[in-house]
Amino acid sequence: MSFSVRAATVRHGDTLALDDVTVVVEPGSVVVVVGGDGAGKTTLLRTMVGEVVLDSGTVDAPPAQAIGYLTARAGSWQALTVRQNMDFVGGIYGLPREQLEQRREELLSRAGLTEAGDRLASQLSGGMRRKLGFSMAMLHEPALLVLDEPTTGVDPVSRVDIWRLVSEAAAAGAAVLMATTYLDEAERAGSLLVLDGGRTLAHGTLAQVRAALDGTITEDGVPHRAAWAWRRGRRYHEYWATREVIAGSAVAIDPDLEDVVVALSLARRAAVGGHR
Amino acid sequence: MNAPALLRASRASRDFGGFRAVDAVTMSVGPGEVVGLLGANGAGKTTLIRMLLGLIPVTSGDVELLGGPPDRERRSGLGYVPQGLGLYRDLTVQENLAFSSQAYSVDPPELTEPLQGSAGVLVGDLSLGLQRQLAFLAALAHSPRVLVLDEPTSGVDPLARAALWDTIRDQADAGTGVLVTTHYMQEAAQCDRLLLMSRARLVAQGSEADIIGATRAVAVRADDWAAAFAALNAAGEPVMLAGREVRVADADPDHIGAVLSAAGIVAEVAAVPATIEERMMVLARETSSGVS
Repeated sequence: MSFSVRAATVRHGDTLALDDVTVVVEPGSVVVVVGGDGAGKTTLLRTMVGEVVLDSGTVDAPPAQAIGYLTARAGSWQALTVRQNMDFVGGIYGLPREQLEQRREELLSRAGLTEAGDRLASQLSGGMRRKLGFSMAMLHEPALLVLDEPTTGVDPVSRVDIWRLVSEAAAAGAAVLMATTYLDEAERAGSLLVLDGGRTLAHGTLAQVRAALDGTITEDGVPHRAAWAWRRGRRYHEYWATREVIAGSAVAIDPDLEDVVVALSLARRAAVGGHR
Repeated sequence: MNAPALLRASRASRDFGGFRAVDAVTMSVGPGEVVGLLGANGAGKTTLIRMLLGLIPVTSGDVELLGGPPDRERRSGLGYVPQGLGLYRDLTVQENLAFSSQAYSVDPPELTEPLQGSAGVLVGDLSLGLQRQLAFLAALAHSPRVLVLDEPTSGVDPLARAALWDTIRDQADAGTGVLVTTHYMQEAAQCDRLLLMSRARLVAQGSEADIIGATRAVAVRADDWAAAFAALNAAGEPVMLAGREVRVADADPDHIGAVLSAAGIVAEVAAVPATIEERMMVLARETSSGVS
């Protein structure tokens, strides 16, 4: 059974935090929500776990005790040790002692935290703290795992660990919905949802998201129209809508997700009269 | 490179008690160069930066900022954007700029386009992307010759990130040397040159290809990717998921093939070049298993 938020609209005062956004998460799969600060990622995740009430739309999620939720901040009690944090959460879910201890040690071992088990959470590195938060969210074997930027500010090695843990959870049958600002990381997900200013820019597999962009992305040593060009290293990438005449020296490229999201964002903001 | 280095470390080391945080690192940043500094948390990146800026002394070796010891006077030629941005959240945009400009005895800079209309807004009320734009503007107001940026774009949307990189590149084109730390591998690809630190040492430098070196990965394509993932994970392989593809860093394709067929899984197995992240993961595993 899949979980979903459909046609979701959420208003915070005058601003539309979410404008007709739909996301569907199948068991055994990872859906990644990408977008910057203010795109609506956290609002969408909180909608899925029932912390935000929709102005319109529907939510189809399992009951709270079958959801694991890692928020963007903290996620653990700083004055408790790693094991105490796990035990506390296990107690909330009413796990029997023996089962809790077994599950706790298994998760800590997978996260590489066994040796740090008696350390205070405040003494963990940023990456270890996120792995602890993840392990706490996984303790009761939730059917739906919701992760808000589990890897932001985390070093690449810990990030690989977290992705391995996410992959394991999905391979074991969990439906995973996670937010990230790292687009190279998002390319790994089976399915993507690209948000900007509360709206869906594109969704689907990486190939479908690429296909959502009409027009061409080119590379050149100089920008031809500054408003539509952005730097990649010492070169410029530039977006051309379908009927535009591409400058002679610009060479069409196979864009990555970063290029596609930048081009989609430029096109959308031009359409609504904003600027970068 | 013939131009004199703007930042330079020669066998620079730093001990904290009995712990060596930076071990004999030799590196430099020249004019017009964007150099990326990579490494896991605790690899020594921040300690190296703090020595280069003269905020802590070296235990042995030597560091230079703008051709001499990093003292107060030379630091006036430096722009630094720390991870925490170093802005005053209780002051407005205009007040922050007035304050930082006064510290360098220059006129406050004009607001760049994204910040126009926000002059009187408290910094704490700005989006993260705009706060980063402001921190850049403040750091650039005194036309520094060296720019040091600690994770400049963490948490910023792709468009704002592209704008920040425009600024970084404009600075480099005008001759400024830039040292930037990042955990974002796509950003590493924006740099002219990369330095990779692991366990206090500089372990690789050069292009992305130089950093990855001979490290390879195995890519597995199976219809039942979940089963392939589970089988390799159960066998203790450092397995990762990339879309529907399963990857194992630094593994022997024949061995991976054998593990999969023993589990009755039909899959395509191919040796492919590793990514920078996989290279870093391999380094971390060597460290924790005591191999060096």
